[in-house]
Amino acid sequence: MNEIDVNKLANAKAKGKRPYFFDDPAVERVLSITMAVATELAVNRERLDTVERLLEAGIPVTKANIDAYRPDDDASKDRQQWHADYIARILRIVHQELEAVENESLNEDPEKLADDFAAG
Amino acid sequence: MATSLPPTYDRTGQHPMSPDVDHDETARFNFLTNLNVHLNQNVFPGNRSAFENRVSPKYEKETGHALKTRQQVRQAMLGDSYYQSWAALRRNTMEQRQQAGRHVVLRQLDDLIGRAKQFNAGKDTLQIDPNAEVPRYLAAVDNHCMPGSYYTDVVEDDVLAGANYETGVFITTAGSMSSKGDGGGRSIVNFVKERFPDFSPKRILDLGAGIGVNTLPIAQAFPDAEVVAVDAGAPMLRWGHARAQALGYENVKFIHADGDALDLDPNSFDWVQTTMFWHETSTASIHSMMKKVFGLMTPGGLFLNVEQPNFTPETPLYDQFTRDWDAWYNNEPFWSKLHVMDVFDVMAKAGFNSSKMFDGGTEADIEQGQFQPWSSIISRHKAELKDDGGSKHNAYKGERWYLFGGWK
Repeated sequence: MNEIDVNKLANAKAKGKRPYFFDDPAVERVLSITMAVATELAVNRERLDTVERLLEAGIPVTKANIDAYRPDDDASKDRQQWHADYIARILRIVHQELEAVENESLNEDPEKLADDFAAG
Repeated sequence: MATSLPPTYDRTGQHPMSPDVDHDETARFNFLTNLNVHLNQNVFPGNRSAFENRVSPKYEKETGHALKTRQQVRQAMLGDSYYQSWAALRRNTMEQRQQAGRHVVLRQLDDLIGRAKQFNAGKDTLQIDPNAEVPRYLAAVDNHCMPGSYYTDVVEDDVLAGANYETGVFITTAGSMSSKGDGGGRSIVNFVKERFPDFSPKRILDLGAGIGVNTLPIAQAFPDAEVVAVDAGAPMLRWGHARAQALGYENVKFIHADGDALDLDPNSFDWVQTTMFWHETSTASIHSMMKKVFGLMTPGGLFLNVEQPNFTPETPLYDQFTRDWDAWYNNEPFWSKLHVMDVFDVMAKAGFNSSKMFDGGTEADIEQGQFQPWSSIISRHKAELKDDGGSKHNAYKGERWYLFGGWK
């Protein structure tokens, strides 16, 4: 039996300087932790989906039955669609920035507009 | 933008060496695969908008001239907040994929090593060299953010690197390499059978073969050939050999060696193959290894390589910049240099005759079932390469895979 620290080895840093893309590396650290938490929420959502499908099929909800569950084609597609929708929701701010980049008319400054509107 | 959905991880091909991937680990792989797909299909294309709508105009306004080099594009893009978000998310997803795959393997490492030993014991088709050198191009940086790269043994008789590579390639490529991850190898076979229908190699060398994921389709297509898979990573080979045995391949030998120190019979291989190998090496090693390859080949033998096509004067600056991304930010630094090398010149210096060199492309090998539409849909590189002016020999039309090579 090999004595290894599974988490330490799984988390190991790859050799080579890590790039930080945001102006403040703290932003990147928070993003990384946020995405890890988002991943675990998705994992829990898939587990809940399995529980619901077992209940619907009248199969006892046991740990063994959850772990043995394999989605059929429809369930597999439904679950992937959920991931796609979920990811689109959590990355909303990124997509909104792109909209703003691609369409200048979405970016009018409210202070300027207030002055404009006040001027009639 | 509509998103195509990848298959779930449970659809991947299993064999007697496959690690156990439990319910929640499967879900984690599914999320990361979908995240990878979303970043490729829905976020990545926006970088071009950011480039055209604000990065490029801002640069011209500030400097009074247009962007002229891909290095300038990279520096300019690094200051763009949209690009920063995409790049940070992509890098982080690559790291998460490594963590997820490694955890799956590490928690059952003893069992996997035990299974590998059963397949590997007493077989002369696996040759591990405890004194093999790790070339500097591998030792200095862990390619595509794999901690420990291809060669590190975490424990004795380790298989972590190989098992993690196979398990996670589904996430990394978003399932586009088909259910067994061997789409590249099957595409190579299609290319060879179509272009060279009379070619009947007796000995085949796959250099930098890793776990042999793309070697096995070649061995399957030429069952009477003796196939030799060489790699510098012992845990890749222990895993790859056990996997090949588990899948019933008797005609593939796995040899542990640094390509530069490879000691095989000269004039003995009818086909030498490399698949996405050269970009993880160095200029000196490309020159020396191609010379070595030329010496190992039989007269009339085939040298075939899968790589990204190199930049041409017609390759748009923005495309050059995006194709360099993995070089700078996914730990494959030499790729940026290979992109502007003339590989045909390297081949000529190694002894190949220019008149017998060629290049071309081949489409992804299409698989039946849930992977069928998917394997051909998702390819970040394909979308980028469509605009490419083609390689020096102009036989490449933007297919899924680019190949170059020559006859001895």
